[in-house]
Amino acid sequence: MSVAGLIRMGDSTLVLGQRVSEWCGHAPALEEDIALANTALDLIGQTQLWLGLAGEREGQGQDADALAYRRDPWDFRNLLLVEQPNRDFGVTMMRQFLFDTWHLEVLRTLAQHPDAEISAIAQKSAKEVTYHRERSTDMVIALGDGTEESQQRMQSALVRLYPYVGEMFTIDPDDLIDMATLRPGFDAHLTATLDKATLTRPASEFAHQGGKTGARHSEHLGHILATMQSLPRSYPDAKW
Amino acid sequence: MTNEWPLYEVFIRGQHGLSHRHVGSLHATDAQHAIQNARDVYTRRKEGVSIWVVPAVQITASSPDDKDALFEPSEDKVYRHPTFFNIPDDVGAM
Repeated sequence: MSVAGLIRMGDSTLVLGQRVSEWCGHAPALEEDIALANTALDLIGQTQLWLGLAGEREGQGQDADALAYRRDPWDFRNLLLVEQPNRDFGVTMMRQFLFDTWHLEVLRTLAQHPDAEISAIAQKSAKEVTYHRERSTDMVIALGDGTEESQQRMQSALVRLYPYVGEMFTIDPDDLIDMATLRPGFDAHLTATLDKATLTRPASEFAHQGGKTGARHSEHLGHILATMQSLPRSYPDAKW
Repeated sequence: MTNEWPLYEVFIRGQHGLSHRHVGSLHATDAQHAIQNARDVYTRRKEGVSIWVVPAVQITASSPDDKDALFEPSEDKVYRHPTFFNIPDDVGAM
């Protein structure tokens, strides 16, 4: 019953972890490079837990690696937000901030989940994500309330990514919890941060959908999976 | 890079009871950012339980040119070392 919800959690952390790792060696400052790599590794680590538990409960003999590397784009159930390209550092940090804010709300709620294994993963992850959110929040404020150029870039990043926020809170029986109940907590942190960052929340609540249901991923998912899966698919069960 | 962020010196306390030790330096926009960067750069392998950051410009250092005047005079004053005293056993570890 919980398999679909576990896969959703694991797929979102997997795809975002892979996306963020694309910055490795390319970030604008050495310190940010290491920080982004740490975040990516945290997310991949969480993926191992979520997909590992999903595979175990599915009972078809698939481990976390099999789920990550041997499924095709239409089998993925990640949020559309996380498959969006990095573009510039501002877009990357805005995407991270929106995801972290949702993610921490989810994990705090899942930490109270009656299912002990789900609760344990959430409690462990929440410590990492508390830091992720602190860091991305500070960065959004620093860049938003920064120079004229950084402010413009952060505002356009927000306009670009805000249509992917709504999907995080749609109600769906496959989710581990009712995501709609998390919206007020998300909104409170979002509003407080955007105020400090001198950024304006877009008026339209239009929301792209189809990521977590798998109905309609964006074109970007296939490309990122092709990169991520090429080695394990070319050399199945390779060890190094 | 033409617009480098300010430099901070980083001190990490490895475990409770020890003092903070200088581990290196990094660039950051402000002190809070420096703490975050220090966490990511210097404690990712569980090196510490506490972080201090200090703006590098706030550190006043002795000049290498002064080393003869500052340090050489102490080289021939062995009597300043406490090795000429007998320490009673019941004093314990010093």
